[in-house]
Amino acid sequence: MDFNDNKEEAAFRAEAAAWLKANAPSEEELAGMDELAAAKMWQKRKYDAGWACIRWDKEFGGRGANAIQQVIWNQEEAKYKVPAGFFVIGQGMAAPTLMTWGKPEHHERYLPKLASGEEIWCQLFSEPAGGSDLAALRTKAERDGDDWIINGQKIWTSGAHYSDYGILVVRTDPNVPKHKGLSYFFLDMKSPGVEIKPIKQLTGGANFNEVYFTDVRIPDSQRLGEVGQGWQVALTTLMNERAAIGGGGAGVNVEMAYRIANEVMIDDKPAIADSAVRAKLANWYVQESGLRFTGYRSMTAMSRGEIPGPENSIGKLVGAPKTQEMASFCMDLLEMSGAIWDENLSKEAGLVQLTYMGAPGGRIAGGTDEIMANIIAERVLGMPQEPRMDKGMPFSEVPTGSN
Amino acid sequence: MDFEFSDEQELLREQARGFLADNCPPTVVRKVLDGDAEYDAELWQKVAEMGWTATVIPEEFGGLGLSYLELVVIAEELGRAAAPIPFSSSVYLATEALLAVGSQEQKEKWLPLLASGEAIGTFALAEGNGRPSVSNLTTTAAGGLVNGRKIPVADGGIATFAVVVAASDQGDSASLQLVELDQSGVSREAVRTLDFSRGHAAINFNNAKAELLGGEGAGWAAMEGLLDRAAVLFAWEQVGLADAALNQARDYAMGRYAFGRSIASYQAIKHKLAGMYVKNTLARSNCYYGAWALDSDSSELALAAATARVGSIQASVHAAEENVQTHGGMGFTWEFDCQFYYRRAKLLSVNIGSEGYWQDRLITAYEQTNAA
Repeated sequence: MDFNDNKEEAAFRAEAAAWLKANAPSEEELAGMDELAAAKMWQKRKYDAGWACIRWDKEFGGRGANAIQQVIWNQEEAKYKVPAGFFVIGQGMAAPTLMTWGKPEHHERYLPKLASGEEIWCQLFSEPAGGSDLAALRTKAERDGDDWIINGQKIWTSGAHYSDYGILVVRTDPNVPKHKGLSYFFLDMKSPGVEIKPIKQLTGGANFNEVYFTDVRIPDSQRLGEVGQGWQVALTTLMNERAAIGGGGAGVNVEMAYRIANEVMIDDKPAIADSAVRAKLANWYVQESGLRFTGYRSMTAMSRGEIPGPENSIGKLVGAPKTQEMASFCMDLLEMSGAIWDENLSKEAGLVQLTYMGAPGGRIAGGTDEIMANIIAERVLGMPQEPRMDKGMPFSEVPTGSN
Repeated sequence: MDFEFSDEQELLREQARGFLADNCPPTVVRKVLDGDAEYDAELWQKVAEMGWTATVIPEEFGGLGLSYLELVVIAEELGRAAAPIPFSSSVYLATEALLAVGSQEQKEKWLPLLASGEAIGTFALAEGNGRPSVSNLTTTAAGGLVNGRKIPVADGGIATFAVVVAASDQGDSASLQLVELDQSGVSREAVRTLDFSRGHAAINFNNAKAELLGGEGAGWAAMEGLLDRAAVLFAWEQVGLADAALNQARDYAMGRYAFGRSIASYQAIKHKLAGMYVKNTLARSNCYYGAWALDSDSSELALAAATARVGSIQASVHAAEENVQTHGGMGFTWEFDCQFYYRRAKLLSVNIGSEGYWQDRLITAYEQTNAA
């Protein structure tokens, strides 16, 4: 155990830091650019210099770096306010699935453009009738020569409106139990018959969408895994999803809460002098620090050849409710003004309020808190599943409700 | 960077776990819990023969000269076994005090005896209800004599000597005093705590002969530094305990049937245990950081120690409470072993300062780290 860099790691860190210092975009450079253009610009710059997706093989646009080097890179990049956020699904979820289940020609065609940010991917999994019970999805695919014809509807698809490709799970056989009748494809989001409708969220934003498929054709060459093996392929994506989303420390974190607690007063003293405030901040620091080191331990395990396991669900299960609680608490610190959500009037330019409003989404997207807890109980602790009413039943005979 | 134990340390863990499974089964804990003895002398003897009490003591003082990474592995396993021995008092506190501020002469006299387990040391700070502070210390030291009363003192009834925090009229207004307890100026009374498997005492000092340990008027700072070091070691013991409580809850739930199925299949129970696992895992990861900071004498030790301590208090108390709950009525019986963890978790969580004390220390350390 050694939390310090060894000689090679120190050299790698210095190299990364020097490159970032010379190349990270300044605020002036980003001024006026829209977020997507800025993110694509930064991703391409990293890619051209060999700093994108550094753990991937060089032939796919990566650097062939190890897990610890990834930690170091992330630490160094986090020192800069660089654009981010559009590539998580493609690079963190679609790409590992392509690497595991795709053919060499898929790797050559798609991975480099995922790494460079030139092509953005989205995830077409959830449906109105298949959320936590994802395998209850109904969008169907029917074979037609070398193609499949897709009909149905997906929902909660983040970034579908700016994505080039999507990963898709569909039902290819309704007459077998639900997990056995699924297949996994990827498709061009510009395919005829794909219709994207934005969903307005409670934040007021509209980052996710409904996606409708009407006789959309997908070549069989874009299938990953065997017909009927879609559930196993989807699990590869989901396992990486939980690792990719993680706990994060961005937005409202201990650093920000500490700053606010120093600036506002309780009984004419800075709030940070109040023992109840200190206790809460200490608890959140324990969580942030615990998640960080849990992540590092998992990186060490990966650098020893282990694959990310269900324990990665912890990041999201702890991080998402923590974000909500911290944003709520920071608003309490502001007392009556905590309600004001205004870039000019609110402390931290309204980020606290924005975070609070967005927080429910974090506890739901990518698997709800409750599903995460089930995964830990079942797959880490080895506890049995709840009995299932649809077990072994052909999907077409499974009862459905009105919501 | 490497965030895992070495293969040798993992081997030590296996050996320690096997040794304690053989020599500290629940019957050994229960013997102390049910009886009048303050500790299991036979287990203490065996643990000393294994060299565990000598782990970090340098070879020149009769120790093994190993690192804190070995010691935390042992601490975790002792916590898992709820071992009824004065290991924390003698090793995490008394030995650490001597290593940190003892004179060459004091080290030569005491460290070999601590290493061999012949001497048991302890630490005496509390003087009754409430949080100790330098201004409310009533125990005094002057002219090599200590006067006052300390309560509760873990293992005070069986210890050979105590490191006593006493008021001083110099420097930071406190000094550490090494007081041998088998002398006419010392009287001891057993104090019952909620953990019947660990002995505690009240110690009265009436012109007790004492020796200054460290600088005069440097005792409060030395005490805080000592608690930082001990906090990491306590935290590892607490994490071991928390893991044991979770495993006990899971094993019971798997085998207990209600409404025609294992209660481990109910989400109410699964989510409870997942919550225990999450707290335990975060606490353990923070303990890694604490172990590294302790072993490398890092400037981050104060922050790392408080973080490990707060996380492990929360995880172990939560795991112990929810373990009883998962067992239902049987968990509340004397017959079941759930009580071991329930008692010990709470005892350890106040032994060297409460959750609130360490939350405050954590934020203070955070402020100092950020100001630096």
